[in-house]
Amino acid sequence: MTTRHYELSHLRALEAESIHVIREVAAEFERPVLLFSGGKDSIVMLHLAAKAFWPARVPFPVMHVDTGHNFPEVIEYRDRRVAELGVRLVVASVQASIDAGRVVEETGPRASRNQLQTVTLLDAIEEHGFDAAFGGARRDEERARAKERMFSFRDDFGQWDPKNQRPEVWSLYNGRHRRGEHIRAFPLSNWTELDVWQYIEAEAIEVPEIYFAHEREVFRRDGMWLAVTEFVTVLPDEQPERRVVRYRTVGDASCTGAVESPATSVAEIIEEVAATRITERGATRADDRASEAAMEDRKREGYF
Amino acid sequence: MELLRFATAGSVDDGKSTLIGRLLYDSKSIFEDQLSAVEDASERMGLEGTNLALLTDGLRAEREQGITIDVAYRYFATPKRKFIIADTPGHTQYTRNMVTGASTADLAVVLIDARKGVQEQSRRHAFLASLLRIPHLVLAVNKMDLVDYDEARFDEIVEEFRAFATKLDVADLTFIPISALHGDNVVTRSDRMDWFQGPSLLHHLESVHIASDRNLIDARFPVQYVIRPQTDEFHDYRGYAGRVAGGVFKPGDEVVVLPSGFGTRIAAIDGPTGPVEEAFAPMSVTIRLEDDLDVSRGDMICRPNNRPAVGQDLEAMVCWMSEAGALTPRSKYHLKHTTRWARAMVTDLHYRLDVNTLHRDEAAESLGLNEIGRVGLRATQPLFFDEYRRNRETGSFVLVDEATNNTVAAGMILGVPS
Repeated sequence: MTTRHYELSHLRALEAESIHVIREVAAEFERPVLLFSGGKDSIVMLHLAAKAFWPARVPFPVMHVDTGHNFPEVIEYRDRRVAELGVRLVVASVQASIDAGRVVEETGPRASRNQLQTVTLLDAIEEHGFDAAFGGARRDEERARAKERMFSFRDDFGQWDPKNQRPEVWSLYNGRHRRGEHIRAFPLSNWTELDVWQYIEAEAIEVPEIYFAHEREVFRRDGMWLAVTEFVTVLPDEQPERRVVRYRTVGDASCTGAVESPATSVAEIIEEVAATRITERGATRADDRASEAAMEDRKREGYF
Repeated sequence: MELLRFATAGSVDDGKSTLIGRLLYDSKSIFEDQLSAVEDASERMGLEGTNLALLTDGLRAEREQGITIDVAYRYFATPKRKFIIADTPGHTQYTRNMVTGASTADLAVVLIDARKGVQEQSRRHAFLASLLRIPHLVLAVNKMDLVDYDEARFDEIVEEFRAFATKLDVADLTFIPISALHGDNVVTRSDRMDWFQGPSLLHHLESVHIASDRNLIDARFPVQYVIRPQTDEFHDYRGYAGRVAGGVFKPGDEVVVLPSGFGTRIAAIDGPTGPVEEAFAPMSVTIRLEDDLDVSRGDMICRPNNRPAVGQDLEAMVCWMSEAGALTPRSKYHLKHTTRWARAMVTDLHYRLDVNTLHRDEAAESLGLNEIGRVGLRATQPLFFDEYRRNRETGSFVLVDEATNNTVAAGMILGVPS
C-alpha cells in the first residue's frame, strides 16, 4: 500500500473544505441564507450546498439581491435551479428599496445600482432575521478580499472592520454573535477563477449561456465592452457594434463588461482563463475601477 | 494535482514581499492590471522601482502607513501543484498573525537576510512553526547577492540556525540560499551558486512529500451535522456528516461513538460524488451506521481499540491573541474543540514562555497579547482529544470571550494533567 493512495486532488480538497464550512454554518446558526446572483461562483456554492446535505434538501433559503438590471438568461437559470433543488427563493429588490425611499437612484449615463445593493441586502437580512449569509466571494478576486476570513463578523450596521478581524485558526470557526449582528460565510475563499471553471467541468455543472461566446450588440466604455440594454444610455461618441463576446462575471447589466472571446465550451473557457493576463474584475467590473480601495470601501459598508 | 498550503514569515526588510512577488510573477500568477496598478501606486508614492508589497497590502490603512495589518492569502499554481500562500506579517501582531496563517500550513518558509544572519525574529518564527507543528520548515537565506553568493556565509548561517533548531521539534528542515531580487534559486537553480547541491525553492515546494503528514492511523470523525431527509425516497436515511480528522474509515469497520460508547459498524460512506470505499483526512463525507444509535453534533466516531482521550481536564500551550484583557487563572471562556462547544476555566498558568530565549517564566501571573504559555483547563463537559503533536485537528481548540464573542486564544493540547 502506498501513501500516494491517500491524496486528494486540489479540487477535491477545496470541495471538502467548502462543504465543511457550509455544514458548520448550518449547524451553528438559526437562520442562514445563501446569497445567489446567478454568477458562476454562487452557482458552484449552491452546488456544494446541495452536496453537503444530500440526500436531504438544502436546509436554508437562497436570496437574490435583484438590481432589476438583469440578463434574462440568468433569471431563467435562477428560477429553474431553485425549483430543481426545492429550495425557497427570497428576492430582495433594489427597485423596492428605491420605491420605498431607502436609497436614491444614481442619475446620468453612468448610473449604476451596484452601490445601492448594500442597503437592500442589509435591509433584507434584518427583515428576515438572517444570522448568517453565505457569499461566493473569493480571496483571489481582489486585494481587500484577500484579507477576508471564512467566517466574517458583521456588526449591527453590517460593517466589516478589516483591522479588527477575529483570528481564524485551524478549521475552528467562531460564529458567536449577538442579536442583530451577523456572520458572512465565504466557503469559496480559497478557490481561484480557474478552480471554479475546472470544478464546473469536473462536475458538469450547467451555467447560464452568457458565459459562452455569443454575438451581441456592445459598445466600448472605459476599456470594456458593455451590452446595449434598456438599462444603459449609450453616449453620442460611443458606437454600438456587433461582436462575439462572453461574460467572465455576472453582475448588474449596467456595469458588467463582456470580453471578446471565441470560447463556446467550458474546456475552451478553462484554456482561456489559464492563459489570460488580466483579472476578471479588472476586465469586467466598472465598479472596481472607481478607486484603488473601491472594494474595501464597499465591503466596510456591508457589501457582499 | 495536489494542494500545498504554506506560510511565509519574515519582515519586509527580509525581502518576503519580493520573494512572493517573484513566485507569483514567474508562475504567471500576477496579472497585468494588478501589476500596472502597483506600478502606478509606487510611482505616486515616489518609490524607486515597483514595490511588490503593494500587491498584497490591499487595505487603505496598510498602504497609507506602509504596514501589513493582517494575513493575506495568495494563490498560484504550477503544472505540478496548486499553492495557497498565507503571507504573515513579521513585525506587529506576529504571533496572532502567524498562528492564524500557519495553523493549517503544510510548510513554512522563514526568511533570513544573509547579511544579518539569524535574528531574534527568525528564531521566533521558527519556534512558532515548531509549536504549530508545521511538518516542513524551509529557511530561505535571502539576499545572497549582497554577500557575493558566498558559500562560507551560507554555511555559517546554517550552522547557527541548526544549533538553535536542536531545541525545537522540527521534523524536516531545509536550507536554501536565494536572491529573491535576482531570482537565484527561487524558480530555477542558480549558476551563481553552483556550490549549492539542493533544489530551488519552487522545486522544493513542488516536490516535498506531504501526503503522509496527515494522521492516517488514528481514525477520528467528529460529527458535524446529522442528515435526515425524511422524504419518501430516503425515508430511513440517517447519516452523520463531518470531516475526517484522522485515520481511514471503510464500510464494514467496527466503530464506537463517543460519549455513549456504543459500538456498531459502518454501513456506508457517502462522499460528495457518491459512495466511497475509504474516507481519510481531510475528506468531508457522510457516514451511515448499521445500528440506530443516538448520535449528534459534537460526538466522535472512532475505532473501539483506538480511542482519543476523554476528559474535562487538559494541559495545553495557549497563544493569547487579544488586545483586550489577558489570560489569568480562574478566568472562564467558551471553548470550541472539533465540533463541540463547552465552557472552560483556566485552572493553572504554569509558565509563560519567552519565544526568543525559550525561557520559562514560572512566576508569570497572566498572558498578554501575543504571549504564549502553558495552562491547565477544566471544561464543563468531556472533550474527545489527542495530543496536538499527534493530531492537529483533534488536538487544537480556541477560546472565545464570553462577553464580546471574540476569539481570544488558540490552544494546543499537550495531554491530561499528570
